[in-house]
Amino acid sequence: MSLIHSLHVSFVVFLLGLVGIYLNRKNIILVLMSIELMLLGINLNLLSFSVSLDDLIGQVFALFILTVAAAESAIGLAILVIYFRVRGTIDIEFIRLMKG
Amino acid sequence: MYLCILGLPLMGFLGAAGFGRFLGGRGAGVLTTSLLSITFFLSCLVFYEVGLCGSPCTVNVSPWFLSESWDASWGLLFDPLTGVMCVVVTSVSTLVHLYSTSYMGEDPHLPRFMSYLSLFTFFMLILVTGDNFLQMFVGWEGVGLASYLLINFWYTRVSANKSAIKAMLMNRVGDFGLALGIFAIYVVFQSVNFETVFACAPHLCDEKILFLGFEVHAFTLIGILLFVGATGKSAQLGLHTWLPDAMEGPTPVSALIHAATMVTAGVFLIARCSPLYEYAPDALGLVAFAGGMTAFFAATTGLVQNDLKRVIAYSTCSQLGYMVFACGLSHYDLGVFHLANHAFFKALLFLGAGSVIHAMAGEQDMRKLGGLARALPFTYTMMFLGSLALVGFPFLSGFYSKDALLEVSCAHYTLSGDFTYILGCGAAFCTSYYSFRLVSLTFLGEPKGPKTTYAGLHEAPFAMSLPLILLGVGSLFSGFLGKDFMVGLGTPFWGNTLGGLASHTTSLEAEYISQTLKHLPFVLTVIGGSLGLGLNSPALSSFVYKMKLTPLVRSFYIFLNRRWLFDKVYNDWIGSPSLGFGYNVSFKSIDKGVLEVLGPFGITEGIRNLLTYTREIQSGFIYHYAFVMLLGLTLLLTLLSLEPLIHFWVDPRLWCLFAVGYMGLLPSEDIK
Repeated sequence: MSLIHSLHVSFVVFLLGLVGIYLNRKNIILVLMSIELMLLGINLNLLSFSVSLDDLIGQVFALFILTVAAAESAIGLAILVIYFRVRGTIDIEFIRLMKG
Repeated sequence: MYLCILGLPLMGFLGAAGFGRFLGGRGAGVLTTSLLSITFFLSCLVFYEVGLCGSPCTVNVSPWFLSESWDASWGLLFDPLTGVMCVVVTSVSTLVHLYSTSYMGEDPHLPRFMSYLSLFTFFMLILVTGDNFLQMFVGWEGVGLASYLLINFWYTRVSANKSAIKAMLMNRVGDFGLALGIFAIYVVFQSVNFETVFACAPHLCDEKILFLGFEVHAFTLIGILLFVGATGKSAQLGLHTWLPDAMEGPTPVSALIHAATMVTAGVFLIARCSPLYEYAPDALGLVAFAGGMTAFFAATTGLVQNDLKRVIAYSTCSQLGYMVFACGLSHYDLGVFHLANHAFFKALLFLGAGSVIHAMAGEQDMRKLGGLARALPFTYTMMFLGSLALVGFPFLSGFYSKDALLEVSCAHYTLSGDFTYILGCGAAFCTSYYSFRLVSLTFLGEPKGPKTTYAGLHEAPFAMSLPLILLGVGSLFSGFLGKDFMVGLGTPFWGNTLGGLASHTTSLEAEYISQTLKHLPFVLTVIGGSLGLGLNSPALSSFVYKMKLTPLVRSFYIFLNRRWLFDKVYNDWIGSPSLGFGYNVSFKSIDKGVLEVLGPFGITEGIRNLLTYTREIQSGFIYHYAFVMLLGLTLLLTLLSLEPLIHFWVDPRLWCLFAVGYMGLLPSEDIK
């Protein structure tokens, strides 16, 4: 498996996450999942370059990103829970209280 | 003495205007009248010294302004022309002042009236005594202003307001031409002083000047532009419509403005500029044609007017035409002579008409007068005398100037000479007809008004009849007395004041025209006069009335009665389109339209719309925000990747510098 193939995979995963954010109109959990997917793509990218360049720094960064992603999803889910407690829904269509 | 001629009327104006409250109407009248009569005696002395003794003089009063070679100063020039004008203006003005103290005696605003009259006289004297074109222009505008104030004296009347505005605006049209003419004179001569201009005139007579992109003969252009000014002030054809409407003012105002002073300013201007006109034969031809047409037009219009003052106003217009065409035929002396005679008998007619109106409690429609000869014999005599002088009855003043005018035009042997002779004879016929029609309708025949007005009939009081008597004497003798020294063959009276190239002057030929042509104006006058008396007498009036009802005569009558429809044409083709243009185009389309859309209103509205649209980008939907973020990121990445390609146009450092400078944060040099 060459670098190009793994980069393709990571790019497609990242793009799927990106598209999932703004095409998704229903559930905010899907947005969080898309963000996780983007971070995953980035991780895969870092790891591929780390292997290809034979450098450990990429894997160190991947470990950091895993940690940050875990923390981020924890905080995001916590906010979500609180939001659900207040509004009773997490439908993304109804989250438009702040307009220009 | 020379300065007093200007100073005393000014003092009269200031005294009556400033202290009228304390002086009262009678006091103001006495003050202004006595100051004016002193001015009149001084003018007579000036006339004697300058005119008869032949010693013209100039008085340098004070410098006005200096700029490069432009050197205008206040100065007075007293030469025979000025002397004649001074005597005419101050004599008629004094009598009008005296007359007004009685005629306007009941008016609560008499001090204001007297002050305006004095102001008017003052400006007229400024006009005639100025030694440069600029000072003459001051007087020119000043008499326009004073005429506005006087016509509008009863300012509560809408019609008085309207006719005053009309007089002012029509005069402004002419003043614009006069101002252009003065500019052209300055361009050609580099000076506006009379002596410089007229001394240089023969040397510069072939100059060309650029006007509206065309190269034209300078003197012709100057002559035409100055004549535009004279047209406005002297009510020549084209700008004449203000004169009959100016009858809205009190009658003494009509006598002053439309007999002796204001309207004569145009003739005075042409006579004053005669050295220029002599070298501009085309302009002279135009002057002669315009004068002839005015004389004929106004005389025919006067035939069927029913308002007492309006008839006299049209007669003024017609006589001014005579004066102007005399000037156009290079006989400036005849023009000024007729001006002087005309001032006396026209003032007499106007003041006589005022006396009739006064006696009849304000009635001035001739169809409601009649039979006043027995009740007002004195006024009747005076009006009849004035009419005889006007039509040029032999040995009265009009005869000496008017018939001489027609003779020189007959002997002029040019197209303009023949044109003016024919039209002038026609006008003489009409003049005679309407003058005697006026006499017949007003004084002869049956009383036609209500009995109440006839019950209050009274002859004019002393202060009103004295001016009539003096003007009557003037109308009787001014022609005979002035004939030899003013228009006599080879008279040295004018000195070099009035130009007149030897090849242009036909005074001698005029003595040798055939007897038929010589007698023609008189015969026409007699026929016209007897028609005027006959057709309007009770014996024939029913027949004339039947004639008037036939379709042909009726349409002709309406045409003349509505003044050749000049007013209608002006209103429909110039007045209302101009107003429409002013409202629809310049106000609604440009001021409130284009300029507003491109200016404040459009910009604020545009920014507001822009803001509305940009605000809608923030819709509140998370996926929209995500999309915008994606777009922004993409754009930024694109820009960064294209940076080497576009940094030439978008150097961020430069924009930052602009932004910082715009906020005023850049250090700048202190403005010393």
